[in-house]
Amino acid sequence: MQISTLLFVLAALTIASYYLGRNRSLVVADRNIRLLHSLPSYYGLFTAIWCAIPALVVLLLWNSFEGHLVTQLVIAGLPDELRNLPDTRLNLVLNDIRNIVAGGVASGGEPTPALREAAAHYAHLESISAMAMTVVSLALASLSAVLAWRTIRREQRARNNVETAIKGFLILSSLIAIFTTIGIVLSVLFESIRFFHSVPLTDFLLGLEWSPQMAIRADQVGSSGAFGAIPLFVGTLLISLIAMLVAVPIGLMSAIYLSEYAAPKVRAIAKPLLEVLAGIPTVVYGFFAALTVAPLIRDSGSLIGLDVSSESALAAGLVMGIMIIPFVSSLSDDVIKAVPQTMRDGSYGLGATKSETIRLVVIPAALPGIVGGVLLAVSRAIGETMIVVMAAGLAAKLTMNPLDTVTTVTVQIVTLLVGDQEFDSPKTLAAFALGLMLFTVTLVLNIIALHVVRKYREQYE
Amino acid sequence: MNNQTASTPPSTMEKVSAGMGRRYARERRFRVYGMLAVTLGMVFLATLLFSIVSKGYSAFQQTYMELEIHFDPEVLGIQDPNNAAQISGADYPGLVKASLRAEFPEVSNRRDKRTLYGIVSSGAAFELRQMVMQNPALLGTTQRLWVLADDDVDMLVKGHIDRNVEESGRRMSDLQIGWIDHFLDAGRMELRFNTVFLTAGDSREPELAGIRSAITGSLLTLLVTLSLSFPIGVAAAVYLEEFAPTNRWTDLIEVNINNLAAVPSIVFGLLGLAVFINFFGMPRSAPLVGGMVLTLMTLPTIIIAARAALKSVPPSIREAALGIGASKMQMVFHHVLPLAMPGMLTGTIIGMAQALGETAPLLMLGMVAFIVDIPGGVTDPATVLPVQIYLWADSPERAFVERTSAAIMVLLGFLVVMNALAVLLRKRFERSW
Repeated sequence: MQISTLLFVLAALTIASYYLGRNRSLVVADRNIRLLHSLPSYYGLFTAIWCAIPALVVLLLWNSFEGHLVTQLVIAGLPDELRNLPDTRLNLVLNDIRNIVAGGVASGGEPTPALREAAAHYAHLESISAMAMTVVSLALASLSAVLAWRTIRREQRARNNVETAIKGFLILSSLIAIFTTIGIVLSVLFESIRFFHSVPLTDFLLGLEWSPQMAIRADQVGSSGAFGAIPLFVGTLLISLIAMLVAVPIGLMSAIYLSEYAAPKVRAIAKPLLEVLAGIPTVVYGFFAALTVAPLIRDSGSLIGLDVSSESALAAGLVMGIMIIPFVSSLSDDVIKAVPQTMRDGSYGLGATKSETIRLVVIPAALPGIVGGVLLAVSRAIGETMIVVMAAGLAAKLTMNPLDTVTTVTVQIVTLLVGDQEFDSPKTLAAFALGLMLFTVTLVLNIIALHVVRKYREQYE
Repeated sequence: MNNQTASTPPSTMEKVSAGMGRRYARERRFRVYGMLAVTLGMVFLATLLFSIVSKGYSAFQQTYMELEIHFDPEVLGIQDPNNAAQISGADYPGLVKASLRAEFPEVSNRRDKRTLYGIVSSGAAFELRQMVMQNPALLGTTQRLWVLADDDVDMLVKGHIDRNVEESGRRMSDLQIGWIDHFLDAGRMELRFNTVFLTAGDSREPELAGIRSAITGSLLTLLVTLSLSFPIGVAAAVYLEEFAPTNRWTDLIEVNINNLAAVPSIVFGLLGLAVFINFFGMPRSAPLVGGMVLTLMTLPTIIIAARAALKSVPPSIREAALGIGASKMQMVFHHVLPLAMPGMLTGTIIGMAQALGETAPLLMLGMVAFIVDIPGGVTDPATVLPVQIYLWADSPERAFVERTSAAIMVLLGFLVVMNALAVLLRKRFERSW
């Protein structure tokens, strides 16, 4: 049975058991609800939960381990000369078997009898597994529903049981955030450690050359590949710096203008319009940077006799800055608003003009908050991917010239991982090492920024 | 007396007055800087939108040309009109070529002939095949039909290829322009609404490429994201806001959620690649996996919005419910949650809008495949609209530039609708207590 049909049948069973449980409670109480501990619907829910949850758990576990188990069984059934192949070759054989099962063609033309036999074995095991899964899950659902149904008594605390189950679901949901973080850390950490087995950490962190081409054969020219990440870090910093040079002044000044000077009407129009900039997908910015801004900069550069690369850091940084403007402005807007009016009034009372008040009183008071906001913006600039993938280059040059082409950490992660790849070459694993760097740096920036912003808020509350 | 006043140092008032002009000038300057910053932001926005729209609006029209097609069974190689296999395998491009040869009998050179055939899209032959398969009675008749022109012809008609440039510097030779003018002058070539763009899947030929498969992929991905992230996000928010004790654990969860909201999206892509695809062996390029990764990404947004919505429900509601004997769970699910729902839905829509525009993590999950077919389920290989934009932006043909811009316009259209919905929801159901 298809998994979707199975789920459908399971849902039907669950609904049926709800009504059975509900009716049972009414029968037990002789149709007198007052004699029951909980409302009848809770008895229904109680039965339904017992019907659905165990079966779903079994389905989930089955699906996670089925593939592995079937593969192992097929390998065990292979003739000896195939079974003793090295891992990579064995994987090829397995892929062939899967292809034959799916009705495709094996890589080596006509499959050998051994392969054909293995494929039949594979298909046989899969059908057994599917059948067993259907039978086991449906039987379990019915069995546990019936058992739950039989326990229904007048004094049974059905509501409490149901509420405990719901609370369990709530707790599980809120833990997903933690699981996600753990998942991120573990996935990048494990692959990175494997990477650092083949490339020493110091070479990675301090090396000045990045060319992650690995040779297919060992005797090929330039087979080693160089994994020095310094050029990537410098490129990332350069583009982020340009972005911040655009975003911070414009964002901060517009926040000041909109919160201190602008008439309410202007503010009501201008603020949402600025925030539209934050809602535009980054791929759109990337397209804009690559097809409009970069040629513009290159052409105006050549007008004044400058040699500008068509994938210059300036174009990517400029557009990234535009994207970050609303980020800076709305965060600074919040903190500027949080500065108590009494401080401004005190300054006016001493005869300061409005701009003097802002520059000498409001901004210094709001500074920690603004710094926190800028740090968050920096972490966003470092992690931004699509703009740089589309508008910055691939060549890892160690330069601080904004008119030259540079590459960034995120660009390299994308180029290394897009397309088919094996999970055991240093080339792919390097992407995870870069991801680890990226995650660590942004995490540290975020923690500092959130801490600063939080401390600052407490100060004026 | 006069001498005395002159020699006394200036009074404070005088000092202040002397600096006044300078200080007011500075005040005005500061104000102008502020206005300049806001205007600059607006200018950037306007430039961005203008450059997209001005590049993209023309993609909603496409050049069609009228050909006189003689459905000659001999050219097609069909001996038996009742044989379906023969009809489907016949030489339809030959029909188009024959028609063009009849149109321009003076073209005899082999190379010129090949260029001549190039002005009609390769999709035209498929269209003819479709027609004959539906109606075999067409065989042997002669029809005047409108078929798709090639993308280069389309570019010339739309004025993206400059006729005034010297022949060697442009994509089209004078010969080709002559043929095209022949059609244009006879009124047999015109711009029509581009239905292909909205109904077809991806294609290597710009004039045959459409966004339907990408839109379907986006919808499937969003469906997965919505059906996972909404219940989980609301449940997490309810637990943290209504049930969680204040201890180190809940603190940890809170810090975690805030941090996840600021983790670069590409890192989520790495997570999906390492955990979902590599560890659990889920299919590549599938909306299911894309949706799951986007769920993890949008969860913080939804949780934060949902908690704010729960916070805005006044405690009196809770106390009243508890006072008449509701359990805590009943209080939350029967009274607090319905009142907080509009705020939660607003947050969810905004999270979905984010997910719709997200590209980077999906690149990692293999959703960059070249997808011609419209995906039918959440495990079929698919691509999404932003990734399609990324792929087209990389294509060298000039005609893909306008298609990319048009696809961006469609994407922005979806985002505008979603955000408008969120605003509407907020305006309509927001209650102040």
